[in-house]
Amino acid sequence: MTSGTAPRGNIVRPYGDTTGDGMVQMSFTLPLPHDKLAEGAALQLARKMGLDPALLVHAKAMGPDFTFVVVYGSSTHLVNLDDVHVVEREYPLLSAKDANLAIRKQLRRKLVVVGACIGTDAHTVGIDAILNIKGFAGEKGLEYYREIKVVNLGAQVLVPDLVARARAEKADAVLVSQVVTQKDAHIHNTTQMSAAFREAYPAGQVPVLIAGGPRFEDGSEKALGVDRIFGRGTTPGEVASYLVHEIGLRKGKKS
Amino acid sequence: MTRQTPMLELDPAVVRRARSLARKAAAPVVEIARSHTTVSVERATLRLAGLSGADHERVPWVNHLVNAVRDEVGLEHGVTTPVYDALLRGEAPDLTTLAQKAASGNVSFRLPTGREGAAARRAAAKGVGSGLRTIDRSRATRDRLVKRHGDPKTTPWIYLIVATGDIYEDIPQAQAAAREGADIIAVIRSTGQSLLDYVPEGATREGFAGTYATQENFRLMRAALDDVSKELGRYVRLTNYASGLCMPEIAALAGMERLDMMLNDSMYGILFRDINPIRTFVDQRFSRQVHARAGIIINTGEDNYLTTADAVEAAHTVTVSQLLNERFAKEAGLEDWQLGLGHAFEINPEIRDSFRMELAHAMLARRLFPDAPLKWMPPTKHMTGDVFRGYLLDGFFNLVGAMTGQGILLVGMMTEAVVTPFLSDRDLALQNVRYVMNAASGLTEDFHPPRDGFIQTRARQVLSEAVDLLDRIVTDTDAAGDAPLLAAIADGTFGLMKRPPTGGKGLDGVFRRADDYDNPATTALDAWTPPARGAKR
Repeated sequence: MTSGTAPRGNIVRPYGDTTGDGMVQMSFTLPLPHDKLAEGAALQLARKMGLDPALLVHAKAMGPDFTFVVVYGSSTHLVNLDDVHVVEREYPLLSAKDANLAIRKQLRRKLVVVGACIGTDAHTVGIDAILNIKGFAGEKGLEYYREIKVVNLGAQVLVPDLVARARAEKADAVLVSQVVTQKDAHIHNTTQMSAAFREAYPAGQVPVLIAGGPRFEDGSEKALGVDRIFGRGTTPGEVASYLVHEIGLRKGKKS
Repeated sequence: MTRQTPMLELDPAVVRRARSLARKAAAPVVEIARSHTTVSVERATLRLAGLSGADHERVPWVNHLVNAVRDEVGLEHGVTTPVYDALLRGEAPDLTTLAQKAASGNVSFRLPTGREGAAARRAAAKGVGSGLRTIDRSRATRDRLVKRHGDPKTTPWIYLIVATGDIYEDIPQAQAAAREGADIIAVIRSTGQSLLDYVPEGATREGFAGTYATQENFRLMRAALDDVSKELGRYVRLTNYASGLCMPEIAALAGMERLDMMLNDSMYGILFRDINPIRTFVDQRFSRQVHARAGIIINTGEDNYLTTADAVEAAHTVTVSQLLNERFAKEAGLEDWQLGLGHAFEINPEIRDSFRMELAHAMLARRLFPDAPLKWMPPTKHMTGDVFRGYLLDGFFNLVGAMTGQGILLVGMMTEAVVTPFLSDRDLALQNVRYVMNAASGLTEDFHPPRDGFIQTRARQVLSEAVDLLDRIVTDTDAAGDAPLLAAIADGTFGLMKRPPTGGKGLDGVFRRADDYDNPATTALDAWTPPARGAKR
């Protein structure tokens, strides 16, 4: 019964307690006082979201003007896995030792990484987790890699300063972090940054541009003008492995 | 508030030693603070003298005036003597006009001597005195309102955060939060305000992940909470942040506008915002003196140590920071009831006995600082986006709060690290707190950790590690012969952040006081002693 494979080829539905039952649970708040009308509105919304039958299991007034509800229901939607497109990691994960070896072989010098939080964001937790020797999730940061030179500019770095420093250091890669954001500030900041780099460098010589932060959308590299986006939970090893891969590709193109 | 002190049977000699080491570490730094001033201390002094407002580019007049005096006569004598001398000489009828003229370079400042110098200092003392009296009146108003509306009936006081970026959105949200049960409303500041070397002006509607701290925003929010306090029959307190490059000014504004609590940590700006250590300690002493006089409860930021380091390995750094914060606070005139020393529930829930260790650490803080309210902060680092597990973790956090008699409880949100809290998140979080407090707060009566058991042993271990670290701090040295605490900060004793006294932001705003330095605010604050109070609270 619980074979784990989709019973009808590539079509999947949510699994509650029986294959194919499509059961989903959700909660939301309506800006209505708690009464029959609010409960009816919640059920109608659930049906419009594709839950049929929808079951209102909990409704509670939150102050005089709001109602919180929990709804269970069977989703009428199907997902065809053939139509699902995801970005799979296209490079191997390397240990720090292997990454160092690869860099030495490819560059015969240290790989220079310049990192910063740009814009008004003063939260360096992300960039520090990747760059500081302390690292993240038990993995040491890029400072720990013998063949990587890390220049961490810290918080609230202006884009022109970042570009100037990257040029002065002959950076191979530039990492920018955007943790706290509001009103799409992370998108504006990042596009501004990538445009500034394209302007300052001859075509084809722009460093590898990497943006990191929990709010970036998967696959939005092109729109942002960067080479790679890393999201929540990224470890330093993943970034190092990507850098080795990307630098290798670029080397290959040139020679 | 009555609270039972959990029994840990700490060795009183070790506790005494910890405090005497903290005193020893702090003393040379206090001496530095007493012999320096900063642009922000001088600007705060002018704000107390009543100078407010900004030019059309939103540069505050206090910045213009302090910069003009700095460029012409320097700040080592204090800003007020040259400023009031200019007023006495008839350069302008009032401070605002003087600042406007100074901004366009139409005033010349000098350092008056003899009778003219004495006259300028007298005028300055009178001007600045009016701001200090405003602070005293605000404190008296608070006392009166607390008497009229009453304090929350139970502890811990429930602390909720509001942060929309728009003060006019914050207000209804804060009032709603108070109606739902919040005793304290904290308005988070816009990210990055700590690194601005000026205080923005006016009511603000745009911030990033928070709302700018301005005098007008303070006034609007306090007035809104006064309305809701009356409605609820319970005085709802307001919190903001006296940190960053404008700590003294924000403290002065908070005192005058009757804020009730301020985030104010002795080393946070240095370690986590890379602000120059000397700038921070000078600014911090002034701001704490203002908080002391204003009757404001400070909240310290020990939670930050645990979000950047492992909460088990770094547990003792919290204790060290609490001891240093206590020492610097006491030296600045704050009393025990004003010390919302921080600590947080940040141990990785995957490790064995994590709850027991949290309990041991929280009891240690309670035992070391029996008369301080203590601010208990919820899990953030191990909130994963699994909101269900997060809700459970917050429940256990609340349970530790209930079992250890915390004074201030920052309410944890299950959507921490996912989104800014939904209305429903706040409601669910408060239900969580209420359930735990209702079900278990009486446990302080029953629960006494057994002698030499896990909890007592762990607490003693953390305390002894704290004493070891303090020992290392007071014997630290550097090539420049800096104060040991500064040398310790410079060589990365706190976390991995190395912050030398010659580095960091805001160093160019630090000045060694000259022999004739005069600042009527610091003179009055140095001479001030807290009013005798009976069994207040």
